[in-house]
Amino acid sequence: MNLNIVALLGQDGITNGAIYALLALSIVLVFTVTRILLIPQGEFVSFGALTMGMMQNGQPLTVAWLLVALCLAACAFDLYDMWRTSRRRPSLWLPAKLVYAAVVAGVALSVNFSTLPMLAQIAMTLLLLVPMGPLMYRLAFQPIASASPLVLLIVSIAVHVALVGVALLVFGPEGARTAPFTEAALELGSLRFSSQALWVVCVSLLLIVALFVMFERTLYGKALRAAALNRMGARLMGISPVFAGKAMFLLASLIGVMSGVLIAPLTTIYYDSGFLISLKGFVGSIIGGLVSYPAAALGALAIGLIESFSTFWASAYKEIIVFVLIIPILLWRSLSTRHVEEEE
Amino acid sequence: MKRVISSRIALGVFIALLVVAPFVASAFTMTLLNNIGLATLVVLGLVLLTGVAGLTSFGQAAFVGLGAYISAALSAKVLPLPDALLWMQSPWIALLVALVLTALLALAVGSVTLKLSGHYLPLGTIAWGISLYFIFGTLESMGGQTGMSGIPSLNLFGVTLASDRAIYGLIWVAVMLGVAALHNLLDSREGRAIRALKGGMVMAEAMGIDTARMRIVVFVIAAVLAAVSGWLYVHMQRFVNPSPFGLGFGIDYLFMAVLGGASNVWGAVLGSTLIVVLKEWLQGLLPVILGRSGNFETIVFGLMIVVLLQRSRDGLWPYLARLVPVRARRLQIDAGAEPLPRRPMPARHEVVLDVRNVTRKFGGLVANNDMSLKVMAGEVLALIGPNGAGKSTLFNQVSGVDTPTSGSVQFRGHEVTGRGSRHIAGLGMSRSFQHVRLMSRMTVLENVAIGAYLRGQRGVLASMLRLDRKEEARLLAEAARQIERVGLTAQMYEPAGALSLGQQRILEIARALAADPCLLLLDEPAAGLRLGEKQALGDLLRKLRSEGMAILLVEHDMDFVMELVDRIVVMDFGQKIAEGLPEDIQNNAAVLEAYLGAADEETIPDTALAAGAHHGQ
Repeated sequence: MNLNIVALLGQDGITNGAIYALLALSIVLVFTVTRILLIPQGEFVSFGALTMGMMQNGQPLTVAWLLVALCLAACAFDLYDMWRTSRRRPSLWLPAKLVYAAVVAGVALSVNFSTLPMLAQIAMTLLLLVPMGPLMYRLAFQPIASASPLVLLIVSIAVHVALVGVALLVFGPEGARTAPFTEAALELGSLRFSSQALWVVCVSLLLIVALFVMFERTLYGKALRAAALNRMGARLMGISPVFAGKAMFLLASLIGVMSGVLIAPLTTIYYDSGFLISLKGFVGSIIGGLVSYPAAALGALAIGLIESFSTFWASAYKEIIVFVLIIPILLWRSLSTRHVEEEE
Repeated sequence: MKRVISSRIALGVFIALLVVAPFVASAFTMTLLNNIGLATLVVLGLVLLTGVAGLTSFGQAAFVGLGAYISAALSAKVLPLPDALLWMQSPWIALLVALVLTALLALAVGSVTLKLSGHYLPLGTIAWGISLYFIFGTLESMGGQTGMSGIPSLNLFGVTLASDRAIYGLIWVAVMLGVAALHNLLDSREGRAIRALKGGMVMAEAMGIDTARMRIVVFVIAAVLAAVSGWLYVHMQRFVNPSPFGLGFGIDYLFMAVLGGASNVWGAVLGSTLIVVLKEWLQGLLPVILGRSGNFETIVFGLMIVVLLQRSRDGLWPYLARLVPVRARRLQIDAGAEPLPRRPMPARHEVVLDVRNVTRKFGGLVANNDMSLKVMAGEVLALIGPNGAGKSTLFNQVSGVDTPTSGSVQFRGHEVTGRGSRHIAGLGMSRSFQHVRLMSRMTVLENVAIGAYLRGQRGVLASMLRLDRKEEARLLAEAARQIERVGLTAQMYEPAGALSLGQQRILEIARALAADPCLLLLDEPAAGLRLGEKQALGDLLRKLRSEGMAILLVEHDMDFVMELVDRIVVMDFGQKIAEGLPEDIQNNAAVLEAYLGAADEETIPDTALAAGAHHGQ
């Protein structure tokens, strides 16, 4: 193993690690605020990558119908709730949702994005997919927000399973590998860094810093943190748990879709690839005990590096190494936490 | 009113259908029935794990694979064995080996993950399910991803079980044995302990239940059931490859448990049947509708589970039970059962509990500061003080829920500081909780029987095989005796959740008494009780005192306290501010200031009396 290989593997590890770190952060954020382990986080990634692939291949953006379907279902849920609670005045969100879905789907289905610049493609992907987060919260989780973490987890798995099926239906079994954002590469002596890897690292860092600023410096961020610390207390202070849940799912889908867009030029993504990617994010977040953001991010980075170096030494056992790693981590956590647990 | 069917008849009809099936069903139906049976075995374990114990696993398919691969490796002669060990190539010996190895592995995985809170187990099982799946794929000697054939059929009493019809009987005998074993287990001392896991660790540990051990036991049982299913599967198919042991199948098993109703043993049969049949049907139907091939049934299953959990957390079993009402069998109480042995009570006035200089700090907050108190046998000591004075914290230090920062707690001469509530419960300290902690779906009788947990010995295997009936009768008779003693006999078979709050508090005292304690810790026992109930409670506590019981209670109802107790300790801001006889405390200046802000002419019991003008009715 020479320096070049180390650099290559390191570059691979850090790019993947950055993505895992983003996902780990998102998983921790969603978990602390809503107690939901967001297993479908990976589907945001695969949907993001596959939608970009769809555009670049000039295929019709049939994924827009998913947005329309989810919006219609959400409106139906809203109307049902209104009827049940006999609240007469409909919220402005209801028509807004429908208009948004109609406009975005209309544009998506009528414009050929394969010839448009990369930035337009990314923007369209985000517009199509990011609303899936809050819609998913509305449809699957809001009606059972107070259920036990176990029930929430099973629903989360069920949503994941359903979305993998939907991905197969919408995108088909073929994988997608998209064009890199820029073709240039950075040469340092004999070492070559692909520009996409730099994009991944920079955008990830930017997102992480933005999240930090949002949670540390803005009132909304503080409100969400309050909701994470003490739901009842936050509620008494006028922070709606529904708002907090939707906001977290919005962040999660934004992070997930962005990760998918970033990673699609580096690796081929299939309809079911998202799960393994997000699972590595989970391993990272477990290192952080599902509560600590910096530890989760560092853990995820370590997972990326371990994975890339084990590809070199024992490629057949790559996945096994990453997932078996979870056992000593859990062991360490179980020995280091003295445990007076009270379930809710 | 609808006609109610006895459970025996319902079971008889079910078994009759199973027996008739192989003589009338088509080959296709037989395959389906076998697959349902194999899935049911796995799902039974998940019912115990998820529905009863409140844990979950996505990795059950990996345990199925473990059973299958171990048996395949031995019986298909993949493992080079020395001549002396060739007898191990019998599938029946392989079954034993597979079960032992699976149990050991589950034990190892369980002891790592089960001590941690709820979410680590499912995540751990996902990770380890995936790992095992990949490992199966790398076993070159067993065909890697493509798999391996040439695994022998099972042979039973000289009959080779080669066809689907032949192995059907064995599969369903295994299923029915599994159902019976779990049913027996849940209706036993250890079963109640497993069911108590959902009520939170603090309650279960206070009843003397080793919750960590119970969780591991449940996990191992679930893994072993899965391994049996894998063993049957591999000798039915006579072929093995990794694909049926992947995470997707692990999720399917969980869906079966949730769909059928994870809180009922029969929910496993229902859930497995529905998912296996639906999957077969949808796999044929959906590709035709959608015009392309693929596993689209996952969309239907996923949505179905989401909708189901939004509508009914208990799955479909309760709906079926409503359609076909089957009479639930009541637990029988054998009044003639030999009473359980009682522990020797301490002599009157012997110091039972000795709390010395206990301090508990939470960061900068000193919740208990240098607290000392003694409780003697045959005495009722009240611990009073304003809200936030640190009474419940002190209770937690005494009962082993928490560990003091400094100081010591001695119980009957044993140093118990930081020993854990299970150990302390075993020494004869029993408690009730400020916020009632009952298993609301279990009957009053079963709840009280949880309290007697430490007075029985029969274990999980004995319960499954019904070798525990004599002891069980004694435990239930004891529970019934305590229920009668506190006056809840009329509610004996009602679910605890149906009782009023006051009755639930009384029920907690009965549960504590079932442990045969010599010290009772009661946290606000009179809160929420009506006057008559309070008087009955007072009488009960007086009677216990006269029998030599030591009682330490926290209570805000001064009326109740002043009439009942022998001595009072008053706390404020984590410290003891007064100690003495009720009359002295009523006139103690420091106490008055703590309660009323400043000393004035009115005494506490007078205000309490004014508030409770009904006194003396």
